[in-house]
Amino acid sequence: MTLSAVIWLLLGAAYFIIPLFATLLISLKSTQTGKCCTAHNYGWVLHNGDFWHTLRLSALLAVETIVISLALFVPTIYLIHLKLPRLRPVIAFLALVPFIVPPIVMVVGLLRTFKGTPDWFYQKPYGFLAASYVILAFPYMFFSLDAGFRSIDVHTLTEASQSLGAKWPTTLFRVILPNIRSAALAASFLTLAIVMGEFTIANLAAFHTFPIFIQFVSESQGFPAGALTLMSFGITWAAMLSLLLVGRKRGARGAVIAGAR
Amino acid sequence: MGYLELQNLHRDFGTVKALNGINISLGEGEFLSLLGPSGCGKTTALRLVAGFDRPNQGRIIVDGKDVTAVAPNKRDMGMVFQAYSLFPNMTARQNVEFGLKIRGKSKGDRAKPVDELLELVGLSHAVDRYPHQLSGGMQQRVALARALAIQPRVLLLDEPLSALDAKVRVQLREEIRRIQLELGITTLYVTHDQEEALAVSDHVAVMYGGVIEQMGTPSEMYTAPATPFVAEFIGTMNRLDATVVDGGTGEVEHAGMRLRVDAAQGRRNGERVLVLIRPESLELEAATNGGAPNSFVGEVLTQTFLGPVTRVKVTGSGTNLIADMSTARAAALPVGARVSAKIPSEGAKLISLPDDGPGLPVLDPDDH
Repeated sequence: MTLSAVIWLLLGAAYFIIPLFATLLISLKSTQTGKCCTAHNYGWVLHNGDFWHTLRLSALLAVETIVISLALFVPTIYLIHLKLPRLRPVIAFLALVPFIVPPIVMVVGLLRTFKGTPDWFYQKPYGFLAASYVILAFPYMFFSLDAGFRSIDVHTLTEASQSLGAKWPTTLFRVILPNIRSAALAASFLTLAIVMGEFTIANLAAFHTFPIFIQFVSESQGFPAGALTLMSFGITWAAMLSLLLVGRKRGARGAVIAGAR
Repeated sequence: MGYLELQNLHRDFGTVKALNGINISLGEGEFLSLLGPSGCGKTTALRLVAGFDRPNQGRIIVDGKDVTAVAPNKRDMGMVFQAYSLFPNMTARQNVEFGLKIRGKSKGDRAKPVDELLELVGLSHAVDRYPHQLSGGMQQRVALARALAIQPRVLLLDEPLSALDAKVRVQLREEIRRIQLELGITTLYVTHDQEEALAVSDHVAVMYGGVIEQMGTPSEMYTAPATPFVAEFIGTMNRLDATVVDGGTGEVEHAGMRLRVDAAQGRRNGERVLVLIRPESLELEAATNGGAPNSFVGEVLTQTFLGPVTRVKVTGSGTNLIADMSTARAAALPVGARVSAKIPSEGAKLISLPDDGPGLPVLDPDDH
């Protein structure tokens, strides 16, 4: 490795590490004395009922969004690749809409669109908010899954499966899905990260999610906010790691068995 | 009635007629190759039999039952694809037993046939390998075993060897034929390689422009092509555009030169014909004054070494001929030498040409 590469690497690492380190230092300061070092702020967060409530809500919303998005987009993109390739540019353009439209505009539009829907949907985070997050996750889901489908020979695998007697669901779940697992995982990671950090829609729609709790603590409690920020960072990474481990488990086992022979 | 019948099959893609009324009848356990250039409709025909596509007109009958409207997953057709089609997430064994699993066979019932098939294709040592750990040839063997595992009514092979290197291709085509004969399975094989088709098939159907130009045994196709296209496509052929000048004696005229061809006897004087001569039928020798009777005199243009034989191209009077001769004899006829090519009166074949038509496509006879 050349000297310039080492310097760039260190600069890159510093860019990410310094803010985290500074946050860590703040989180260890005492609320009363303002001096280092105490774990009291972490205890305050862990004993706060709102922390667990909002964390649970955001985590469940993330799972719901991932499940709905995968159920919606995997068959759709499969169909596009298999039967309707001309529709792909249209869907790709639609997928860019959540990037183009500012979140504030989108949330106003969504609130107006869904106004008049039943209360169990409009008034509940698992209804309105999850539906909004599916739209927000659309570009990440589409482009990740699309890349996954493009990396396999969808036509040949489908026809091979059919010629062996498989029906559509069998082909999708046992042949196609396992071969786009990496893409589905990547899409799920991104969706998880978005939902765990989404503030605008939740705030304007008056739902009390994890990012809203972080913002509330940041405004009112300086040092515990540092602890909360680091913990949310760790929780998101832990969630992604567990998704990765669960998703890769079967593939890794297969590779090990094959390698051992 | 044959075991597999394709009756008047038509398939249009917009204004393009991919299949224009093909008829095939294949007996049980027979091996038929659909042979032709790209775009001739051979893969379309195979996909119709597999059920991946539907004809605009016509019927497909298997063992007396009309399967034209039957879904592909209910047809019991084993298929090997041109592209590598193994499921990447499954081992060789899992790929082969996939069809049996779909059919609800228990693990115990699956083990024996899967092991036997993997042994049949010579892959007992690689059952737990994933497709990416197998060579192209091994992958196609697994694909063959997978297609055979469901005991298909018809085995369909869509250019399964085209992605493989020459040596593996020859080896695997012989194995396909051995296994096909051993299992007695009715097989439809699509290829653009005439050597491959002639080597493994009971019957060959040459297709062009969505129709079957000729169907017959490999020997018939080689020795008695029925159309100019088949003559051009199967093997290498010298073609002389000629006119019958004496149907009684079998004399034809080509480029101002009179030749005697037995097959021209009984033909109408003035009839336009195509004289077909295989390169191995031409006899080449150094030209003496004037040349021998029924001979064409020219100059050696090129020599191509093909191992035991050498292909010699002779040109003169606007006509090109190619002759295959032993390499030892060809050494005596270097490039530029004047030679006489004797046209065998009994070995040449004749095809009628339309009197006012364009005749044959002007192609180099060894341009394959």
